[in-house]
Amino acid sequence: MIEVKGLYFSYDGNEVLHNINITIHDGEFIAIMGENGAGKTTLIKHFNGLLKPSKGEVLIDGVSTREATVASLSRKVGLVFQNPDHQLFSETVFQEVAFSMRNYGYPEETIRRRVNFILETLDLRSYAETSPFMLSGGERKRVALASILVSDPKHIVLDEPTIGQDHQQKEKLKNFIVQMNTQGRTVIIVTHDVEFVVECRPKVILLSKGSILAEGSYDEILSDEDLVRRASLVPPQIGLLMSSLRDLGFNPATLDVYQAKSAIEKRLLSNVSKTL
Amino acid sequence: MSLKLFEGFRFTGKRTPIHRMDPRPKLLIASSIFLLSILFTNIIVLLILLIAQLPLIYLAKSLRRWSNSLRGGAVLATLIFIMNFLTGSTLVFSLSMTLRFLVLISAFSLFFLTTSPDDLGLVLERLHLPYTLSFTFTTAVRLVPTVALEAQTIVDAQRSRGLELDRGNIIERLRRHIPILIPLIVSAIRRSTELAEALESRAFGSCENRESLITLSMKWTDYFVAIATIIILLVGIFVRLWIPLPSLDESIRLPSIWV
Amino acid sequence: MIVIKAQDLTFTYSGSKKPAIENLNLEVKEGEFIVITGPSGCGKTTFARCLNALIPSFYRGEMKGFILVLGMDISKSTTSQLSKYVGFVFQNPENQLFSLSVERDVAFGPENLGLPREEVRRRVEWAMKVTGITHLRHAAPYELSGGQQQRVAIASILAMKPKIIVLDEPTSFLDPLSAHQIIETVSNLRSEMEITIILIEHRLDLASRYADRVIIMDRGRIILEGPPSKVYGEDAEAIGVGIPKISLLFNLLKREGYDLGCTPVTLEEATQAIRRRIMDDRS
Ligand SMILES: Nc1ncnc2c1ncn2[C@@H]1O[C@H](COP(=O)(O)OP(=O)(O)OP(=O)(O)O)[C@@H](O)[C@H]1O
Ligand SMILES: Nc1ncnc2c1ncn2[C@@H]1O[C@H](COP(=O)(O)OP(=O)(O)OP(=O)(O)O)[C@@H](O)[C@H]1O
Ligand SMILES: [Mg+2]
Ligand SMILES: [Mg+2]
Repeated sequence: MIEVKGLYFSYDGNEVLHNINITIHDGEFIAIMGENGAGKTTLIKHFNGLLKPSKGEVLIDGVSTREATVASLSRKVGLVFQNPDHQLFSETVFQEVAFSMRNYGYPEETIRRRVNFILETLDLRSYAETSPFMLSGGERKRVALASILVSDPKHIVLDEPTIGQDHQQKEKLKNFIVQMNTQGRTVIIVTHDVEFVVECRPKVILLSKGSILAEGSYDEILSDEDLVRRASLVPPQIGLLMSSLRDLGFNPATLDVYQAKSAIEKRLLSNVSKTL
Repeated sequence: MSLKLFEGFRFTGKRTPIHRMDPRPKLLIASSIFLLSILFTNIIVLLILLIAQLPLIYLAKSLRRWSNSLRGGAVLATLIFIMNFLTGSTLVFSLSMTLRFLVLISAFSLFFLTTSPDDLGLVLERLHLPYTLSFTFTTAVRLVPTVALEAQTIVDAQRSRGLELDRGNIIERLRRHIPILIPLIVSAIRRSTELAEALESRAFGSCENRESLITLSMKWTDYFVAIATIIILLVGIFVRLWIPLPSLDESIRLPSIWV
Repeated sequence: MIVIKAQDLTFTYSGSKKPAIENLNLEVKEGEFIVITGPSGCGKTTFARCLNALIPSFYRGEMKGFILVLGMDISKSTTSQLSKYVGFVFQNPENQLFSLSVERDVAFGPENLGLPREEVRRRVEWAMKVTGITHLRHAAPYELSGGQQQRVAIASILAMKPKIIVLDEPTSFLDPLSAHQIIETVSNLRSEMEITIILIEHRLDLASRYADRVIIMDRGRIILEGPPSKVYGEDAEAIGVGIPKISLLFNLLKREGYDLGCTPVTLEEATQAIRRRIMDDRS
């Protein structure tokens, strides 16, 4: 469980987070959304103790981040940074992914087994002996992900996982994230990508100018056009469409394209049956 | 600490009379203070030199950053004091040396805090340095904060993978910095390629005699400040050479058995 | 008038075996707004680099076929020479701004062209006005949001009065609203001056409504091109391009036997088409 209680944070006197209160239960799936500079990255850096609150506290499974080292916290909370180039340094992908396991002092045998397993899962097996610098952007991003997931953290936090990814990679990423979540891990993603959130269906926390603007299910939040725009987001297209067809009885909270399809289909069918 | 010291020298684009001043009189002020503090060992003069800067710093709305740079220099200042005092200098002399150091930090912090690297570049151009050289210099100055921020992100990313930088003996610690250094170098290379591409795309270096949009121009206030500074400097030199100043009790020092 | 003409253009980076772009053929007319998209690594950036001669003068490699930009053969030109005609906006605003004030940054290009001071001043004022950043004239880049920085980058390019402007994923670091504003700013340029726009984007939902033509690349080749409403038919979907959700919706309906007679690109089109269909059915 991740509990954020009355969190304030300042970078040298410049307050960027104001009174944040969040409780994230084990196994929850959360998307933190908000404009550039809202404080999303700053907030998640508190989850493994990289940043300590200026005021208030953050508890990870009941332990205050002030009382634990980053190394011990990051075994529970795996934080994947936005830019893989900020962390890749090893000669091979295998070594890269093994790095955190070595830091945590696992025996070599366990390391080999876990690394191979995670490379397999993320479609990276064939690159085990390749230099991570030779890979494409999307692949480098997966290596960064693997290097965190390998130690099997209970809570996973991903900063902007979809940036620079194409449609197919996003699709794979979505499946993978959802799968991790159904296996019981807490998943927290930070993202601007409204359509990606609609496909993943997490609970959404809207952060704007360092404060929490709203919190709720994805369809509840993302169908509130006014709210969404206040966080510098653009509502999902389908939501906008449904909302402009509201007078015909469509539900503006329908954001998913397949649900929209069924709704329109049903409507057309009933029309036909009425005329018959 | 180190980052704090650096913060005290980083330009911030405030709109104050001091920021708006032409860089040349500012450079003159900083150099004059430098010169005077070297000329005098008298603690009262050094104190005056430090205090005289306060109104300027206040006008530049940079008190917090300025005090950061002084605090950043505090460790070194303490060291200077201890070294002087332990090696047999009087208390007052040791204090003077410490003060001299602080005066220097303060003067240059004031200059860099209020002078945009762009303006500095223009000064360098005026000195007839080749444009590419002054451009390289200003770009380097400008990139420092960006790279510092990036270094922080890299450290954070690696610590999130269980890297503990401050464990083990000195060799072990150095070795633990490899995962920081490599990404830093890789991103530096990537950044310089991107910068070079962007520069090419903006016709950099395609024309010999470029005219800058902004040119340095001294307003009457700038001339006034420059002349006043020169007068003060001359008076200072005159005093130093011909007028004996009263000095504080010079006798307190560590008993020689200590030394 | 044709401003870009590529014929059988193939480029292989030195040190790599596979060509990054292969047998590319394309003609772009003056004033067109073109969106290029496709999976990561398909050669979009490589193609863009050919448009201002970063390839082959900055990036070495083997080039076959040819590409003419405003009649100039790029293999015989340098990027600086072309910079007067082809403006380039990059993905990362951080690495394309060079000064500590907006005004000076916008002036940087024209200064480099050796223009007289009054002309530089005129162009700077104009470019800042067109991109809506005049009020930021004295701000430093780090005081600006990512969206504003990107707008400064665009203004800096405009001040060189190019005929063609190429934008390589200019919005990928931006939040959706800022991204939307950037693309709007770009499309507004067309009412300001005669300019050809090449925009590389993954975010088709934002860019499509302004595009005259969408080009989809895959593995170094152009595999589909045409007006958005045509391209976003079922073919693009099959290739695995993330077409806008409203276009996808209409494709899905069509597959179920409900052909609404178009593939919409804008919300208004979609709303009208559905409304019309439901009303028609009723009567
Ligand atoms: N290391 C730092 N030092 C000082 N200020 C910082 C630092 N990191 C971030 N900030 C500032 O804190 C605020 C919040 O930044 P943060 O990176 O958390 O935003 P974000 O929501 O992640 O934005 P983005 O969507 O652009 O990633 C911004 O105003 C930023 O300029
Ligand atoms: N400087 C370079 N040297 C060698 N190979 C390169 C270079 N730049 C790109 N490539 C390779 O050329 C191919 C095309 O890359 P390009 O950057 O043009 O793709 P892209 O479509 O822009 O992808 P993205 O959407 O990820 O930006 C890739 O296989 C890439 O690895
Ligand atoms: Mg962030
Ligand atoms: Mg690219």
